Amino acid sequence: MLKVKNISYQKDYNILFKNLTFQAKDGVILHVFGINGSGKTSLLKILAGISTAEKGSVSLDEHDVKSFEYKKQIFYFGHLPSLNLTLSSIDNLNFLTNLKQSTNKTLLNDALNKIGLKGYENEYCYRLSAGQRRRVVLAGLFLSKAKLWLLDEPFTALDKDGIEIVKQCINNHCKNNGICIIVSHQDNIFANQEVLEL
Amino acid sequence: MNIYFQTIWRDLNIAVRNSSMMLNPLLFFIMSVSLFPLAVSPESELLAKIATGVICVSSMLSILLSINILFHNDFENGLLEQMLISKHSLPFLMLSKIIAHWMLTGVPIILLSPLLGLFLFLDIQSIKILMIVLLLATPSLSFIGAIGASLVVGVKNSGILLSLMILPLYVPILIFASTAVNNFIEGVDISGNLYFLATIQLVCLMLAPFISSVAIRISLE
Repeated sequence: MLKVKNISYQKDYNILFKNLTFQAKDGVILHVFGINGSGKTSLLKILAGISTAEKGSVSLDEHDVKSFEYKKQIFYFGHLPSLNLTLSSIDNLNFLTNLKQSTNKTLLNDALNKIGLKGYENEYCYRLSAGQRRRVVLAGLFLSKAKLWLLDEPFTALDKDGIEIVKQCINNHCKNNGICIIVSHQDNIFANQEVLEL
Repeated sequence: MNIYFQTIWRDLNIAVRNSSMMLNPLLFFIMSVSLFPLAVSPESELLAKIATGVICVSSMLSILLSINILFHNDFENGLLEQMLISKHSLPFLMLSKIIAHWMLTGVPIILLSPLLGLFLFLDIQSIKILMIVLLLATPSLSFIGAIGASLVVGVKNSGILLSLMILPLYVPILIFASTAVNNFIEGVDISGNLYFLATIQLVCLMLAPFISSVAIRISLE
């Protein structure tokens, strides 16, 4: 279970949230929404351990956000693609996955196949479209063994098929007791989602 | 493959594919050294006297020219965020990136130095010492440069700021490196200089990856 207790965060002179408390049980999809600049991305960065809240605590299964056990349990998909455009899709995905866990070529090919990039494995990323580049990173969802998925606008630039594939993958993850926190401007993404408004 | 070797391999791979990124500092190094005989004097005695200083200053400036991009691309595309939250040690990932940078700039400079030394009328024995000195000095230049680059990684147009921060820290290395070869030519014992350069390199090796990782963490906040 993810527990967030009384966290506050301020950017420059702008207080984004104060004493924010919520929790997400195992198997929950939590949809975070709010107006532009309300602190959705900042919240995800705090949950990922990239930013630090001014006060309060974040823990996953009693492991604090700063602990090694917590780090091992998160998959973070941010605004930025984390891709080097001069490398191939498979090289980029291989490096990103290896930062979290060990993998092999068969698994990588399989993940790219599932996300709809069959035939693009050895294509340089600068030759891919914006949606395909995002798919390369999202292919990491099929490889991830992390419990907590933090996804910032995962459906941006994806076509209908791409959105369906990612939704299916998230549903499967949560059926296996995973937790998924999604920041998105789309309404009612999942039938079984919980909602947090900032 | 181990993630740290993978990081080195990845950076080398990217540099080979963006060959201008790798060649710019090297061309700068070669051009700046080779222009000195034209500008100062073609006399062999004078050139041999200033050769070490010219090569050391040029190598320092060429490394400074390339250090700006050490973390910049990975910061812009979000990979540093992924490195920060990875299960691996951030200081060791930083160390891998610095080693890759040294392999791309320091190693070619060391390999080119005999040719440029001959060009400036240095004798073979002095060239050997010059190579040893560069082998001890160039890693320190990359390490110190990495500290500066990580501190300004989030700052736009940080070139001048980076130079102002790093150049004073390069000065001791420059002094020990150039006096080592000059002392050797004059027949003075140079072991003190080499020990100092080795010590600076070890201290930088121990501190730079940790300072860089803290600076990156702050920049990503």
